[in-house]
Amino acid sequence: MTAGLEHYLVVSAILFCLGLLGVILRRNLLIIYMSLELMLNAANLAFVALSRFNNNLDGQIMVFFIITVAAAEVAVGLALIVALYRKRQTAHVEDLTLMKL
Amino acid sequence: MKLEIIPWIILFLPMLAAAGITLFTLKSRDQSARLSIGAIVLGFVLSVFFIAVNGWGPLKMESVASWLEVGPLQVDFGLRLDPLSLLMLLIVTGVGGAIHIYSYGYMHDDPGAPRYFAGLSLFTFSMLGIVLANNFLQMFIFWELVGLSSYLLIGFWFERPSAADASKKAFLTNRLGDFGFLLGILLIWDTFGALNFSAIQVELIRNPQALGALATVVGLLVFCGAMGKSAQFPLHVWLPDAMEGPTPVSALIHAATMVAAGVYMLCRVFFLLDASGSNALEVIAWIGGITALLAALIAVQQNDIKRILAYSTLSQLGYMVLAVGVASPTPAMYHLTTHAFFKALLFLGAGSVIHALHHEQDIWKMGALKNKMPVTFWTFLLATLALCGVPPLSGFFSKDEIIAAALNPEHGSVWLFLLTVGVALLTTFYMARLVLVAFFGSAKSHEAGHAHESPKVMTVPLLALALPSAAGGFLGIAHLYGKQLGQAHADYHVLAMAVSVGAVIFSFAFAWGLYWNAERDPLPEKIGALARAMRDRFYFDELYEATVIKLQEIAAAMADWFDQWIIAGLAVRGIHGTTELFGRALRLVQTGNLQTYAFLFVLSVALLLFFVL
Amino acid sequence: MQDVLFYCFAALTILCGFMVVANPWSRNPVTSAMFLVLTIVSLAGLFTLLHAFFLAAVQVLVYAGAVMVLFLFVIMLLDLKEEARRKIRGFGMISGGIAVAAVFGIIFKTLVFDTPRLSAGLSAPNLEGVTKPLGETLFTRYLLPFEILSVLLLVAMVGVILLSKRDLR
Repeated sequence: MTAGLEHYLVVSAILFCLGLLGVILRRNLLIIYMSLELMLNAANLAFVALSRFNNNLDGQIMVFFIITVAAAEVAVGLALIVALYRKRQTAHVEDLTLMKL
Repeated sequence: MKLEIIPWIILFLPMLAAAGITLFTLKSRDQSARLSIGAIVLGFVLSVFFIAVNGWGPLKMESVASWLEVGPLQVDFGLRLDPLSLLMLLIVTGVGGAIHIYSYGYMHDDPGAPRYFAGLSLFTFSMLGIVLANNFLQMFIFWELVGLSSYLLIGFWFERPSAADASKKAFLTNRLGDFGFLLGILLIWDTFGALNFSAIQVELIRNPQALGALATVVGLLVFCGAMGKSAQFPLHVWLPDAMEGPTPVSALIHAATMVAAGVYMLCRVFFLLDASGSNALEVIAWIGGITALLAALIAVQQNDIKRILAYSTLSQLGYMVLAVGVASPTPAMYHLTTHAFFKALLFLGAGSVIHALHHEQDIWKMGALKNKMPVTFWTFLLATLALCGVPPLSGFFSKDEIIAAALNPEHGSVWLFLLTVGVALLTTFYMARLVLVAFFGSAKSHEAGHAHESPKVMTVPLLALALPSAAGGFLGIAHLYGKQLGQAHADYHVLAMAVSVGAVIFSFAFAWGLYWNAERDPLPEKIGALARAMRDRFYFDELYEATVIKLQEIAAAMADWFDQWIIAGLAVRGIHGTTELFGRALRLVQTGNLQTYAFLFVLSVALLLFFVL
Repeated sequence: MQDVLFYCFAALTILCGFMVVANPWSRNPVTSAMFLVLTIVSLAGLFTLLHAFFLAAVQVLVYAGAVMVLFLFVIMLLDLKEEARRKIRGFGMISGGIAVAAVFGIIFKTLVFDTPRLSAGLSAPNLEGVTKPLGETLFTRYLLPFEILSVLLLVAMVGVILLSKRDLR
């Protein structure tokens, strides 16, 4: 069967849900961050596929932007994690209970 | 200077004095006294000057300033100047002035004297306000001010529990009457749409049926106010207790002026009481009569010199109210005037005795003061005779007019006449008892043996008051009142004179027989239980204790229960409890765990997608 | 040939993604990071299949190169040991799995069953020589967002420097 749009989109959805699963279930902050990257990449795949099958370059431009923003986000997020680790000596979400009264 | 401004100055001088004392001279006894005395004496001089220039004729002074406007109600702040108020002005400033000066001597050693003078000036201001008011609301406000200043003065020695209680009692009892007064004022406003005395009077002349069936109710409600202030039965209980205040206060407030306010107010609104279809006058007459008789009976068996005078005041106030009740306001005001003179004199004399005996008030511990305190004795005797109604002293004329008025065919009756005569008999009896025991016979205590005359600052006011007490009958006072309130009934004067003089002679002889050189009271042995009842004031205080106060305590307990369990318990704690319960339930959701939030977030995204796609 | 390559790359992507999230043999973050690199590379392969050559290159350069190095760097910096297994929250696992499954089920159903073949109405892909038009579009129509993006990067840089200062107040 020729690989059509839906094939790419299904792969993207599976990848997205894997990322979601990681965010919900993993308790290491770094892994959660990696899962977030997975989700972003899944979105990238969907954009590229749609751009390809619609003969429109706008989707690819969007992916370019997403990659850039993701890079910035990773930089800031990782800096936050480092700062947090310095303060509390942990990278584990269950130890971060400041939001609970 | 315009003449119209003088009454305003008279009115506000004492207030300025009171404010000045409170703000600046609380430290200095002499300056406070000077301010207070200066204000009232200047007021007296200005009053005399005003009357001399302007005469007694009414002066149009109403609606000087619009005071407040609430919807259709417009209340002016104005003064009413007619013979009635001008004479009262003289009495308040004149008698009040004498008492102020006397106080300077009497309160000489009291550390609270500045406070005392501030209260005295505040009282004078309020009393002048009542006298000069030209509408009900203005009068009511000054009426309450009088109540307040009287509270302050009765409780002047507040460190004594009895004085504090007495002031509270006086204030609360007055509030009871004032409540009725206020209701009456509201009813009048509802009926006439105005509160000005003259406006109401004009309206009532134009339409005599304006009040309709409410005439009696309005009359009685207004009388309620007088009942409180003038201490009429059944609200009479506060006046004897009010003797806890300094004696000059008793003289000023509880003899000459404040208690007269009720009678003055009744005469001021007499046109309202007399409105057609009103039966209020009959009730007023009988209440006055009952008060007079009751108080006179109680006075017979009292041993405290001030209490005797207090009950005597009650009795005389009953007389005046009775006179109003038999549609004779002129004799009422006449008696009020003369009574102000000689009763103030009696109180000041009693104060002089008390001062000399180092605050001993029991007449059975006095005696033989006649030669030791001559000025006090002679002025006291003069006032006593005036009170008893011995011709040609002032009391004789005014009392005689009331007794005559009680017989008038229109409103009076034989029973009322007999009542007045009985009271006259008792009056002579208890006053003779007081004088015979306190001033004659032998000294019955160490202090009485070493008493000596009071200083000049106290005896001069006595002499000053003795003059009008003696000559008050010849000053044409009745004529002045008559010009405004209508002349007294001229019939029966001879009969009344004969009866009252006879009563004096008979009663005096009786008292002489009992109390000449008596060492203790022979009366209880002779009449037993009745004397005990008289001594214990016919158990009115106990009766009120058992009924009114108990009821009030039950009501208070119920209110307390309601407040604690229904309002605080059910309403307040219920709402707060429900809120807290919800809060606790919602708090369970806030785990503080990031992943729980993420999970909930995903769950809601799933739901959203389910509905959207 | 292209289809075979697609299935290979798709399987590789999903497998490596799974290993990132739920590696049954190792809990070490470094392993996860390495699998994430693999995922990204295979995604680049998929991009190539979609004729997005420039993006494939950027993907490998930026993601696999820069971002992942950053990740590894932080992991080393923090010196995260292979953490002791904590108690697994059975209820959390099950409910989370159900929620994610629900999301996936809904998307999958929409993609596969509810819509008639998506590519049916589309013309055959005919974009050739993609990089040049992409650059032209980027620097003409999307010039302003591009510039804003550069400012964003600057802001992120400043923020990171501030955050990494020793005494964070």
